[in-house]
Amino acid sequence: MGQDTDAIFATCLALGDDALVLGHRLSQWSSTAPTLEEDIALSNLGLDMIGQARLFYQLGATIEGKGRDEDKLAYFRDASAFRNLLLMELPNGDFAVTMARHLAVAAFLEPYYRALAASPHQGLAEIAAKAVREMTYHVRHAGEWIIRLGDGTQESRRRMIAGLDAIWPYTGELFAMDEAERSLAAAGIVPDRATIRPQWNETIARVLAEATLDMPEPAAQRAGGRQGHHTEHLAPMLADMQSLARAHPEATW
Amino acid sequence: MVTDTAAISGQTAPAPDADLARAAAVAAGVPDPEIPVVTLADLGILRSVMRRDGRIVVALTPTYTGCPATQAIALAVEVALTEAGLADAHVETVLSPPWTTDDITEEGRRKLTAFGIAPPARRTCGALVLGTQEIACPHCGSSDTERISEFGSTPCKALWRCRACREPFDYFKCL
Repeated sequence: MGQDTDAIFATCLALGDDALVLGHRLSQWSSTAPTLEEDIALSNLGLDMIGQARLFYQLGATIEGKGRDEDKLAYFRDASAFRNLLLMELPNGDFAVTMARHLAVAAFLEPYYRALAASPHQGLAEIAAKAVREMTYHVRHAGEWIIRLGDGTQESRRRMIAGLDAIWPYTGELFAMDEAERSLAAAGIVPDRATIRPQWNETIARVLAEATLDMPEPAAQRAGGRQGHHTEHLAPMLADMQSLARAHPEATW
Repeated sequence: MVTDTAAISGQTAPAPDADLARAAAVAAGVPDPEIPVVTLADLGILRSVMRRDGRIVVALTPTYTGCPATQAIALAVEVALTEAGLADAHVETVLSPPWTTDDITEEGRRKLTAFGIAPPARRTCGALVLGTQEIACPHCGSSDTERISEFGSTPCKALWRCRACREPFDYFKCL
């Protein structure tokens, strides 16, 4: 593979891993969400993310050309080979933590996919154009809950503030780029993540203002997911997610 | 639709491609597995039926990326084509242009309403935070309705309730 091809494969893997890991976390709410409607909603949000992951993996597998398919990429790599942001792998916490994380991610991915849809790389652009429409639902859903909880009871407000504080140290990594991504951004193939920050800030600020909440205090930022340096939470999640595929490799039905 | 010129070379006038026309009709008539009152053509997810290198290719586009029905739909089309004696036809997925609910035909919207599912609003998906929409109840027609949840039994539906006739209903959400 050439240098650009390597970098585009790495991008597919990074975006695919982000979507898959977050999608799996959301799926862990199935049957345990606070209400039936929310149970269905979280499963739907997770399904969107897993659908996006599949498209990025399928594209990546084709670009890589080594005979790996989407299932190989999802189920037969260990935690150190995953390139997702740490934010995605954090345990769900309570409902407020999950909603805080989801707003942070969706408020980033919506403008990011919108920009990626203009990429000259047709495969990436097509996936982004498809996914961006779904992300508007994600931003709205998480935003509405944060407003409801922040401007709700004393307890819901306390938990919402704690939820935002819990995820805040992991939000900076949304805007970090390694050398390969920076070279693709310089070539105009993927968006420069820094250019997404103003809109991300604005969305977060708008929701928090409506929720009568303050922006969390700046916190020391954690990073390393793109280099495969994960928190202790990813490996157990993957062990669970991958167990069936690894118990029956090559199984078809 | 594109006709493969190689298949008709040697003839003075292009012969109508009967198999291709039949494949198009069969694929168009396949019902959606989750909302069987509408066909793939009604939903607007049948993008093209053409010949490529002599082989019939049916191109479908997914509604939501994670919709599990996408694979069921592709399988249903393959089965329908095989039953019609067109086993050699190939079904493929295309992403571009992305499907939107504006691709649902008038006929599809009418069938959805008759089935009790409010059809999607048109080109009004823009509002990001706390957007409100006016959706008519598919049972009594009243616009005095409210959203229960933006997510429903399938990725493409939301849960609504009519305050006039008190009936809950599915809303085919705008994408």
